[in-house]
Amino acid sequence: MLTSVRSTGLAGIASAAVITAATLVAVFGPLLAPYNSDLPNLSLAWIGPGGGHLLGFDVQGRDVLSRLLVGARTSMLGPLVVVIVSVITGVGFAVVAAWRRGTADAVISSGLDILFAFPGILLAVLATAIFGAGLPAAAIALSIAYMPYVARVLRGAALRERSQPYVTALEVQGASASSICLRHLVPNILPLIVAQATILFGYAMVDLAAISFLGLGVQPPKPDWGVMISENQTGIVQGYPLPALTAGLCIVAVVIAFNVLGERLFERAQAERG
Amino acid sequence: MSEPAAASTTAAPAQAGPAAPLLEVDGLTVRLTVKGAKRPVLRDVSLTIRPGEALGLVGESGSGKSMTARAIDRLLPRGAEVDGSIRYDGHDVAALSGTGLRQYRNQVAMIFQDPRAHTNPVRRIGDFMTEALRTNLGVHAAEANRRALEMLEQVGIGGGTRRLRQHPHELSGGMLQRVMIATALLTEPRLLLADEPTTALDVTTQSEVMAILDDLRREFGLAMLFITHDLELAAAICDRTAVMYAGQIVEVRSSALLHDDPLHPYTAALAAARPDISRTAARLLAIPGRPLSAFEAPAAECAFAPRCGYAQDACLAALPDLVELDGGMSRCVRVRELRGRLGTSDG
Repeated sequence: MLTSVRSTGLAGIASAAVITAATLVAVFGPLLAPYNSDLPNLSLAWIGPGGGHLLGFDVQGRDVLSRLLVGARTSMLGPLVVVIVSVITGVGFAVVAAWRRGTADAVISSGLDILFAFPGILLAVLATAIFGAGLPAAAIALSIAYMPYVARVLRGAALRERSQPYVTALEVQGASASSICLRHLVPNILPLIVAQATILFGYAMVDLAAISFLGLGVQPPKPDWGVMISENQTGIVQGYPLPALTAGLCIVAVVIAFNVLGERLFERAQAERG
Repeated sequence: MSEPAAASTTAAPAQAGPAAPLLEVDGLTVRLTVKGAKRPVLRDVSLTIRPGEALGLVGESGSGKSMTARAIDRLLPRGAEVDGSIRYDGHDVAALSGTGLRQYRNQVAMIFQDPRAHTNPVRRIGDFMTEALRTNLGVHAAEANRRALEMLEQVGIGGGTRRLRQHPHELSGGMLQRVMIATALLTEPRLLLADEPTTALDVTTQSEVMAILDDLRREFGLAMLFITHDLELAAAICDRTAVMYAGQIVEVRSSALLHDDPLHPYTAALAAARPDISRTAARLLAIPGRPLSAFEAPAAECAFAPRCGYAQDACLAALPDLVELDGGMSRCVRVRELRGRLGTSDG
């Protein structure tokens, strides 16, 4: 990802570092957690940092640092699922529209326009109402809501790529449509796809945290950054904001990192196309 | 004659006797929609190419040369309206789709003007050359590579193993065009559509590429449609040459006779406009007026008449037919009267 430091800049490197750290924690968090993240001890509720508990205790007297470390997994996994599903379907629609043009393009494009009208959160609330609260329903609903954003940007790129003479040359060679699309078109718009996915990851994280905050996503007592804000919101008014704020800070840091990196990648992908 | 296309009957091209035509274009008319209006780009184009024969197609920019080749390879833009028929080896090309179309395109290979634009810049030469073999004809990667190496040798590119690993930008224009030719030949086509293959190259590379193309074509017994705006080059390479003007074929003539004994005033004017290296002319002869696009051409009169030194009222009365005369064809109403008077304009 970081082929040249100069064009990426300090902010880019910092973002990549934050993302790498968050990813490592998401993978190894449960091993790193110093204490049991789910064991409540009400006598310790709202107690500040000290005695080996670096960030103190939350509303139910659980170690905040441990919950943050363990919660990283669901907090990162949710957006990852959303990004993977929406990018794969979005790329699919974009490439089919760009390749077939005509009627197929018109149908797909107006279908996307309709989907644009649904706010992601609303769709997720609807999905949890139907399939029950939990991460899977929310993630699938957000994937559907984000797909049009991917498809619209990539359809333009795919259309440009499709009009390149080398695509004609491949057709003349007798290459099939699917092989031209999969082996040439998609790889050539890959920088843009990666940039899109990166930016979407940030949005998905905020939306999923909001859904968890509302109690429709990850279910307590399982730790999740969104759930932690929700659980500890009373602490904010009661003068002990640390647990809610640390969880919020984690979200903010990761989202900013993804946005900065995504913007950089996007600019570079655009510059490459000239 | 109407047997299914045999995959690789590239054997001896028939020299003796009138062989069945490999490609038969009959009354091809193509209209494109431009800003809501249907505009003709090809008007009643008919031509035949026999196995192993090279047919030149010359004309000014916009005369419809490339559009003819694109129509033959089914590469017309969306919404193009096509009348007339194109038959390859007795089969209707318009009826092909899917696998049939891909197989047809393997048999009718195309070489483009600008090799750099027609290669995917991020893929290696080897991937580009063997793509059709591997994905379409089911040849194994190792075997496809071996064939690609052999073919690179044929077009005069040594050190093939290294070349296959290079990207298009690492090769010069001439070399890349030779790679394109090698690639086109890999699927064992029977007909080559060469669309100004040397126009984008510098003069010395041009003759080199032309020589290779001509040699290989004869060696493999390929038929070729050679598109160029260079009358002399067409005459040197091709058995017969067709001249296009405003989307129509105005003359078809054996290449040897085209320059000195043209049938159509337009061909004569083109030949006269060429500088002659053996003489110093104070001023080159130019054709008055400007070339007409097919869609500007009048429907019911000779399109060349306004620029023609021999034009009479009869030329504006009706669209002339393509008539046969002295082994050639000409779309000129006065062709018989003018016989013998055209070629002498610069002699």
